[in-house]
Amino acid sequence: MGAVASNDPLISLRGVTKTYGQGATMFQALKGVDLDIAAGDFVAVMGPSGSGKSTTMNILGCLDVPTDGTFLFRGYHVETLDRDQRALLRRKYLGFVFQGFNLLSRTSALENVELPLLYRGDEKRARRDAAMASLDTVGLADWWDHTPAELSGGQQQRVAIARALVTSPDVLLADEPTGNLDSERSVEIMQLLTRLNAEKNITVLMVTHEPDMAAFARTVVHFKDGLVERIESQHRQGERVES
Amino acid sequence: MFGTTLSLALRSIRRHLLRSFLTILGIVIGVGAVVTMVTLGKATTAAVQQSISALGTNILQVRPGQGFGRGGGGPRPPDFKPEDVEAIANQIAGVTAVAPQAQATATAIYEGANWSTTINGTTSAYFQVQPWPLAAGRIFSPVEEAAGKAVCIIGNTVRTNLFRGGDAVGLRMRIGAISCDVVGVLSARGQAGFGGDQDDVVIMPIKAVQRRFTGSRDIRLMLVGVDQKFSTATVQASITDLLRERRTITAGKEDDFNIFDTKQISDTLTGTTTRLTGIVAAVAGISLVVGGIGIMNIMLVSVTERTREIGIRLAIGAVAREVLMQFLVEAIALSCLGGVIGLVIAQLAIAIIAPLIKVQWIFVPEINIFAFVISAVIGVVFGYFPARRAAAMNPIDALRHE
Repeated sequence: MGAVASNDPLISLRGVTKTYGQGATMFQALKGVDLDIAAGDFVAVMGPSGSGKSTTMNILGCLDVPTDGTFLFRGYHVETLDRDQRALLRRKYLGFVFQGFNLLSRTSALENVELPLLYRGDEKRARRDAAMASLDTVGLADWWDHTPAELSGGQQQRVAIARALVTSPDVLLADEPTGNLDSERSVEIMQLLTRLNAEKNITVLMVTHEPDMAAFARTVVHFKDGLVERIESQHRQGERVES
Repeated sequence: MFGTTLSLALRSIRRHLLRSFLTILGIVIGVGAVVTMVTLGKATTAAVQQSISALGTNILQVRPGQGFGRGGGGPRPPDFKPEDVEAIANQIAGVTAVAPQAQATATAIYEGANWSTTINGTTSAYFQVQPWPLAAGRIFSPVEEAAGKAVCIIGNTVRTNLFRGGDAVGLRMRIGAISCDVVGVLSARGQAGFGGDQDDVVIMPIKAVQRRFTGSRDIRLMLVGVDQKFSTATVQASITDLLRERRTITAGKEDDFNIFDTKQISDTLTGTTTRLTGIVAAVAGISLVVGGIGIMNIMLVSVTERTREIGIRLAIGAVAREVLMQFLVEAIALSCLGGVIGLVIAQLAIAIIAPLIKVQWIFVPEINIFAFVISAVIGVVFGYFPARRAAAMNPIDALRHE
């Protein structure tokens, strides 16, 4: 594997296509995507529905494989890996945050955050400590024994972020993380993600519909009709620089 | 790895207590039914064997007539004579003793109390043929037997009703028209297997009974004790030959007496209860299988219902085998839990039912272990299919599942 050289991109897609179905019902979701993402970047992925952004996120999240093309992540050719190998990549290097939070119901915040560590095989004590530290990072250490039903939407999403963080992943993939939240909570979540990106040097990939949220990103990737339409670099919340 | 899987499974069971309980209900009932039925069946078999051995094993009962329910028509076959008793005792190998019996019914009276009972006239051989220890006193002596003296040995029921449970030995009671000395008290035997109180009896020398009550030398029943080393069937055949000769039954004619082998009856009854136990256990076993199908049903529903959870686990980095193991271990843990609860309920049920059907409470380790193992196996067999379905899910679809 080897260390990733600082000027090499962390993630590199080349000529990635994705086709669903066969024959008359065939649908090409991606038509040859090239995309490089540097380590430590904060990327917002935008585009109308059907533009291919979700498909791209699924591939970047190692949940799906391209029909054609290459996906290089930390020196792995992910397109050649099988289901379980990709699961192990996710376990080690990736963290997921979803629009619908996706916490286990009737399960305390602490146990939810512990879940990835359980699969990693950590000892009980180590699990607990790491999960508490992670909850502390998102400011919910005092709420550790509350179940999702006892938490507000914003709090649930912060627990979900704590769960994604607990394994110290390289990349945090967030699929419309503020889609179910009001604007005030949304800003809080975005500030949290920005802080994690800056302080823990976690690469953040975020799908969003809302320009206000995309404004927190450093790079904005626009999708259209299964292709990358354009990539903008921007200073946080302001000064856009067309590339 | 296994510890993690087990703790995942246990967490999941704890999170869904009601559903878990409903899932295992079938197993609980199945295991409970199998263990209860088999245990009670075994207890019944033991009780039957016990009440038959109370009649005495290795005993042949010889009666005039052609056996049960075949009396009708023709002259009544003659009773036996004391000479027949002598002949069987002396001429047939393997016979330990022959006790003739002559019975009558009479009312026994002592002071103010009276009690109608069976008078059983026999000889001291009666106590050789079957073990029936005395609680007090002695059996009659050869002299008393030969003279037909009015001495008696009373059963426990008679002692209770006539002597108010007090010491009766040495007292004199009236029985029918005569008075007789109580020389012994029999130990209590309880209810006979075929109904009737075995302790409601007064035993006297046969000559006394014949002279004072039946008025003839006829013998209605002989109890023949058979040496353990001889087969009862062989001895039975020898007695048949001897009696046919003595009663001058020509070849081709049917016996006008019958010989009843208690061992045969014991074997038949034991075989019957064992077979009945088997049938009832099989029916209960079906409920165990139905319980297994119940587990599979609810696990399948649960897998569908928990699609999103499975999606989360897969996204977090669970490999297919871990998801499979989680659901499989969950199914096994559930069915084992059901098994344990079933075993406990079975013990309670046995403790309640055993006294009602008048059998001893017993614990049969084999059936408990067997039922528990079966419940675990059911968990594996019926948990595998739902677990495989969970493991085969696509994480993207699973996460999108509503």
